[in-house]
Amino acid sequence: MATATAHLAPVKSSLSASLWTPAYSLWRRELVRFYRQKARVVGVIASPLLFWLVLGSGFSKTFQSHGTASTAAADSSHYLSYFFPGAIIMIVLFTAIFSMMSLIQDRNEGFLLSVLAAPISRSAIVLGKVLGGATLAAIQGWVFLVFSPLAGVHASPLDILYAMAIIALTSFALTALGFIIAWPMDSTQAFHAIINLVLIPLWLLSGALFPASGASGWLRLVMLLNPLTYGVDALRNGLFPAEVTTFSPEINLIVTLAFCAVVFVGSWAVVNRRTNKPAA
Amino acid sequence: MATIQQTHAASAATAGAPAIEIAGQSPIQLDWLSHDYGSRLALDGLTFDVRPAEIFGLLGPNGSGKTTLFRILSTLMVPTGGHARIAGFDVATAPNQVRLRTGIVFQQTSLDVKLTVGENLMHQGHLYGLSGSHLKSRSKEVLDRVGLTDRKNDLVETLSGGQKRRVELAKGLIHSPSVLLLDEPTTGLDPGARIDLWNYLRILRDQQGVTVLVTTHLMEEAEHCDRLAILSEGKLVALGSPAELKAKIGGDIVQFETATPDAANALGARIAARFAVAPVMVGNAVRVEREQGHRFLTEVVEAFPGEIVSVSVSKPSLEDVFIQHTGHRFWLDQDEEKS
Repeated sequence: MATATAHLAPVKSSLSASLWTPAYSLWRRELVRFYRQKARVVGVIASPLLFWLVLGSGFSKTFQSHGTASTAAADSSHYLSYFFPGAIIMIVLFTAIFSMMSLIQDRNEGFLLSVLAAPISRSAIVLGKVLGGATLAAIQGWVFLVFSPLAGVHASPLDILYAMAIIALTSFALTALGFIIAWPMDSTQAFHAIINLVLIPLWLLSGALFPASGASGWLRLVMLLNPLTYGVDALRNGLFPAEVTTFSPEINLIVTLAFCAVVFVGSWAVVNRRTNKPAA
Repeated sequence: MATIQQTHAASAATAGAPAIEIAGQSPIQLDWLSHDYGSRLALDGLTFDVRPAEIFGLLGPNGSGKTTLFRILSTLMVPTGGHARIAGFDVATAPNQVRLRTGIVFQQTSLDVKLTVGENLMHQGHLYGLSGSHLKSRSKEVLDRVGLTDRKNDLVETLSGGQKRRVELAKGLIHSPSVLLLDEPTTGLDPGARIDLWNYLRILRDQQGVTVLVTTHLMEEAEHCDRLAILSEGKLVALGSPAELKAKIGGDIVQFETATPDAANALGARIAARFAVAPVMVGNAVRVEREQGHRFLTEVVEAFPGEIVSVSVSKPSLEDVFIQHTGHRFWLDQDEEKS
């Protein structure tokens, strides 16, 4: 059938027609929609900054610091350093959640109907939507890196690049995870329930607030099973290269890559079901 | 190989003027099409063809299966039985071939309100494999056709309901489809915008040779169609042009209102016995099809004085066609479903 499609005058090649062009178009739409909603831009940058400073400063009095920032600073700045990678992952998580909430909105507003009825590969929907959300999440994670001097980060440009790559991978994985959750849903209220039940705990137990090495029993087990734990740890490898993390940098990278692959295949699978039930 | 050759022929027809379809092939064919949602049978063995370049109406009350049929034709749902073909391609097995040839205007808006009119059209074009200068010129053409060229750079959220519907239409036409499907297209439009929409559809049919399928639950809308399929409870109950369907009834519709359904049944039986006609009882009313309705009316009223609350004579409407074929009122379907 691929050759036949190419004979339609305006269609140049079937793959670009059914996958890359639509995926690009959907990706671009995510970005355009984002910067047209100024409140989203402000909220997503400002709230983690506030969260980082307030929560980080508050916790630093309670927790014994595990940070090993090279400068001999007070406990509070130790904890702010420790919490910094976690705060970045939080931004990424928030943005991923917000952008995948738009999937439910697309479905309810009918926009998704016209996409589903178009002669495109369903994979284009996954690629466009997930890469769109992941791009937004990654950009905001990267923007937050400008605060890294305040967190006592003294990393080489190469390490920073590594941290940026980890941010990008984590953005992709969390957005794809959001996609899998949001795809079958028709209300944002239900999505909120899942956010509170699954996504926020995923972050809380990722070593963002306290390290897995400090936890015990079942909590430690949950943290070891949580793929995000390795993402946060990998980011810590990039930002604080001198620091010894819970897991080795290699394991962190491998688990993070595997996490990306699993959720991408998962989102691809949920989208490619064509059934006797109403599609939207 | 056979399928690929067929595809070439169909592609050639679609690429140029969408008017020319393969000779002898109807743009939409239903072949014992059935669909059930678990226990409920929504479509029951529908078999009919839509002719090239006609405006075809699917008329039925809510719950008659229109929406199910629309979902199947727009490839959003796979039917559980039978076949539906558009331009010769099966909607279940060759959805992308069907999609390339079909423009769809959903009842629900499908526009991104945060994008401009032009951006919505560009996006739709990308989904249908158009790009670059060809897409730009197509976008300009369809906007001209729906008269919204001056709103190209405005956000969709600033448009009126009627204008949004016109953008939907432009969106559905961006890839020059040979078949256009519209689900309740006039919902929420004011009378002026309705007339405009029907004019656009006629222009499409006459100038571009587009086959248009419209679903509606409104009798007055159905009158605009070249041919109609009337659906009730998932079954095809009548098929033909509005004039043909009404002509089949013959004569006038004479209706006698009584006080209660029982009185109507009693009166109906007596009218049947005395005048050798076949009355239909609908609620409190007795309906009779009869030539020279005014004369018949006086005879009945003189024969059974005091039993009749009110009387009326009318030319047959599409609602009468529906009643004749189903034995109950158009809206009764829906009421029964609710209770």
